[in-house]
Amino acid sequence: MKQSQKFLYTMAVVLAICWLVPIYLIGISALSAKEAATAWPKSLLPLHISFDTLSFFVHYTGVWKAVLNSVIVALLTMLFAIVLGAPAGYALARYDFKGQNIYRVLIVMTRAFPLAILALPLVTRFISVGLYDTQLGVALVHTALALPFSILVSSSLFMGIPRELEEAAWTLGCNKVQAFMKIVMPLALPGMAATMIFSFVISWNEVFSASVLTLNNRTLTAFLFASLEESPLHFRYAGGFFLILPSLIFIFVVRKYLFSMWGISNR
Amino acid sequence: MSSISIKGVRKEFKGHQALKSIDLEVKDQEFCVLLGPSGCGKTTLMRIIAGLETETAGDVLIGGKRMNGLPPRERNIAMVFQNYAVFPHMTIDENIGFGLRMKKAPEDKVRHQIQRAAELMHIEHLLDRYAGQLSGGQRQRVAVARALAVEPDVLLMDEPLSNLDALLRLEMRSELKGLLRDIKTTTIYVTHDQTEAMSLGDRIAVMHGGEIVQYDAPPVVYVRPATTFVGGFIGNPPMNFITSVSTHAALGLMAPVKAVSLGIRPEDLDLVEGGGLAIQAKVVEMLGASQQVNSRVEGELIRLSTNATPTIAPNQTVQVIAKPGKARWYDAAGHLMA
Repeated sequence: MKQSQKFLYTMAVVLAICWLVPIYLIGISALSAKEAATAWPKSLLPLHISFDTLSFFVHYTGVWKAVLNSVIVALLTMLFAIVLGAPAGYALARYDFKGQNIYRVLIVMTRAFPLAILALPLVTRFISVGLYDTQLGVALVHTALALPFSILVSSSLFMGIPRELEEAAWTLGCNKVQAFMKIVMPLALPGMAATMIFSFVISWNEVFSASVLTLNNRTLTAFLFASLEESPLHFRYAGGFFLILPSLIFIFVVRKYLFSMWGISNR
Repeated sequence: MSSISIKGVRKEFKGHQALKSIDLEVKDQEFCVLLGPSGCGKTTLMRIIAGLETETAGDVLIGGKRMNGLPPRERNIAMVFQNYAVFPHMTIDENIGFGLRMKKAPEDKVRHQIQRAAELMHIEHLLDRYAGQLSGGQRQRVAVARALAVEPDVLLMDEPLSNLDALLRLEMRSELKGLLRDIKTTTIYVTHDQTEAMSLGDRIAVMHGGEIVQYDAPPVVYVRPATTFVGGFIGNPPMNFITSVSTHAALGLMAPVKAVSLGIRPEDLDLVEGGGLAIQAKVVEMLGASQQVNSRVEGELIRLSTNATPTIAPNQTVQVIAKPGKARWYDAAGHLMA
């Protein structure tokens, strides 16, 4: 093995440990009995699997409502991000227009403002238009967070589809909409699905705006965040586990597309 | 009847003149080749005919009908793209039938046409495959079959052979030639390859700098190049252009009034025993049937192509004169003098 390769593998292992160990510990604790959460020394192997903790968590008042809220908000975010992001990405990929580069920068700039600064104006505005404490309100903010990603990724997806394919479809009797639906869309679909799932995960994991913008209609993250102070340790483990699980599964499913999206070929 | 008339078509891209007032008439069932170096505007002109690009000024008529502003699907054209553009998510069968199905042709006609086009291009055995499973040459055949299946008024081909390797290109070229003669469809074919143009075209429109500099049958383009550009672009090796008056005299020629340069093909120089132009061979290339000699006389490059034996040795001096009737004279602007 070459020196550089050794270095690469070492770094990969270190990084993997940094991320996997906490996830593993949360998983272990969530799958242990209540007492195990505070026990010392910890058992690092899942020897005493127990669903007590998880069952306590899912029967806790408000959890299911929060999960439902999270799912609704994430689904709305996913929908908005693709409906707004795909056309913008297509325009970036296919048309030359003035200020294109500035537009690209501006898209990313939306992530440059800390939400903490925007929170107060957002809350007052949302209260005045009646979006405060609604799933739609949170979904709109999450859409703003997911859009840059959705636009840039779909633009690179469309760029990867040769223009000649569309032109060939036009010469063979398609109008522009038909060519898009029959040629571009089917080819972009796998990548689009990955983009949608990623938007879902962004929304699912978001805490801050969800906490600030809701009171009764908490998403799961906001609910857990709010009850962090008074909840017992094993409850937090179960909640954390519940939050991580969907993200992990989704990312695992779409990992191939995430790699190709970012121009890193894993083949 | 599907003749093509291009009248005063201009195209500007951001202040750059890509096409400068093009006039072109292609007769019904004629095979017209647009030939020129890259950037001469040949592909732009074809894309304007297809409706993929909008002309800045001028008219495009197909079968006498004005096409300006019509989208590609309403022009009854078919196009073969340089990179084939076979739809990767459809089978070859679906690819070939795509155009007819979009035009809502009855299914039995679609089936019949797919079969016919596939037979013409010898790809019947590939119909249930996907583009990713085919070689470049096979994809090329699919692209042509897909274009033929819609029975277009006009067939447009944009450098269709340029992505194939040399041997396959030759094979496809002769096959295309036979095929297009049989199906009798008006065809415009874009290429930068002069041998392709010479072998395929009924007429060649040689383009340079956004203009058509000559539009004639291949032998005319070869024998009487309208400008020094055409003479230099067509022919391998290209035409010699000689301005030196003493060289003219040594070749046994005299420039007419106002003529500046002499154009003569390398194979139109005859070796003689004495009394001609003495040239010293700098580079000699033996090409099998012929040998090609490069030399310089008074600073001007002179190429000689001869199948005479024995072979000429490097640095050997030989005498040449011009074959009678083969000299072409060009004025200061590089235009052929009558």
